[in-house]
Amino acid sequence: MLKFTEEHEWLNIQGDVATVGITEHAAGQLGDLVFVELPDVGAVFSKGDDAATVESVKAASEVYCPLDGEITEINEAITADPELVNSDPMGAGWFFKLKLKNVADADGLLDESGYKELIG
Amino acid sequence: MVPFAGYDMPVQYPAGVMKEHLWTRASAGLFDVSHMGQVTIRARSGLYEDAALALESLVPVDILGLAEGRQRYGFFTDDNGGILDDLMITHMDDYLFVVVNASCKEADLKHLQDHIGDTCEITLLDRALIALQGPRAVSVLAELWADLAYMKFMDVRHCRLHDVSCLVSRSGYSGEDGFEISVPADKAEDIAKRLLEHPDVQPIGLGARDSLRLEAGLCLYGNDIDQTTTPVEAALEWGMQKARKTGGVRAGGFPGSARILAELANGASRRRVGLKPEGKAPVRGHAKLYADAEGKTEIGEVTSGGFGPSVEGPIAMGYVPVSFAAPGTPIYAEVRGKYLPVTVSALPFITPTYKR
Repeated sequence: MLKFTEEHEWLNIQGDVATVGITEHAAGQLGDLVFVELPDVGAVFSKGDDAATVESVKAASEVYCPLDGEITEINEAITADPELVNSDPMGAGWFFKLKLKNVADADGLLDESGYKELIG
Repeated sequence: MVPFAGYDMPVQYPAGVMKEHLWTRASAGLFDVSHMGQVTIRARSGLYEDAALALESLVPVDILGLAEGRQRYGFFTDDNGGILDDLMITHMDDYLFVVVNASCKEADLKHLQDHIGDTCEITLLDRALIALQGPRAVSVLAELWADLAYMKFMDVRHCRLHDVSCLVSRSGYSGEDGFEISVPADKAEDIAKRLLEHPDVQPIGLGARDSLRLEAGLCLYGNDIDQTTTPVEAALEWGMQKARKTGGVRAGGFPGSARILAELANGASRRRVGLKPEGKAPVRGHAKLYADAEGKTEIGEVTSGGFGPSVEGPIAMGYVPVSFAAPGTPIYAEVRGKYLPVTVSALPFITPTYKR
């Protein structure tokens, strides 16, 4: 199940675990990334908490946790090579896996057509 | 587009900051810097010497000794020795041509009018300013209009480019060889379009302008220098010539001279330095600097910082006490609650390619 947030994150939800990344639109807006900081495995976040930081040449931006949950895995490949987020934001450029506290909360997020409408 | 000093300016063009930056260092980048103020200062007597001496009362720069057709960097100082603005000063035949920052333009005009308006005529020109920066700037201009290879760094000449009378200086703010071209406003779009048609030229936005000047160790007014920083604190002694320093033929005689001359002799208590973060995380403006990894002893602040595309890593500038200013000194910067190791570094971060 693919979901989106208004803050330009995507979630690929399998069972109670969501793989989370930023959308192609967001990656394009940020420009070439030069630094990514990921949360620690085991960190527990509420929806809207700062979970990761991405930096372009020009500015730093926060990536928010899209739902309540616990980090179970992080993608170290993007800290080694932040450019992966620009080149493959929906695939190899994923950020972290989040064990959701309440899977049903995902119903409140946007689906793909809703997100496409949002970004026009 | 973002608002910048009252102008709508592009942060980046479709290529993006990274590619624009690298393109400028490898080929030629075009910057629209028309927001900057272009001002002429003419003595009512008609003599260059009188205009030069008048401006010398506001800047610690040798302007009387500036040869015709030559340009010099300088700064307006205030009574406390702080910096009101930085500017480029050119000796035209019998007058001065100066370029000031957009954000200070109105204040600078008033400052000039109030202090030297009785002896000089101060005029804000309605001209655009186009910077063409990078190793291929000289060949692009030669192919299109004029061979300017004879000009040296900081030379200024009247040139006809596409049959438009322009004032061209071999200077810029990127650390690269290049030119700044002052064009009558109604001809600027045509000149810019023709330059952009050349395959070696790409348009460059504010983002890359900032990363280029940071790598070149150049100050951005309002970030790295302002009224709270003196020229000696800002490591801009090179902008003050012998004639204006203690023992010189026209020593002092500019606002804040007592403090600035004392700092030239004895040093200032703090200094602008280059900073290289050891890790990959950029350290940006306003990050606090500490002597220790626990964040107990705060020693200063970052004034500009980001990622240097040509350096291929994070770079920054900031102020530290002189006891921490030696290159190689290890200090720490606070970023999102962590204290990251940073090494004090010599400026600039790249080797400039000015044609001296």
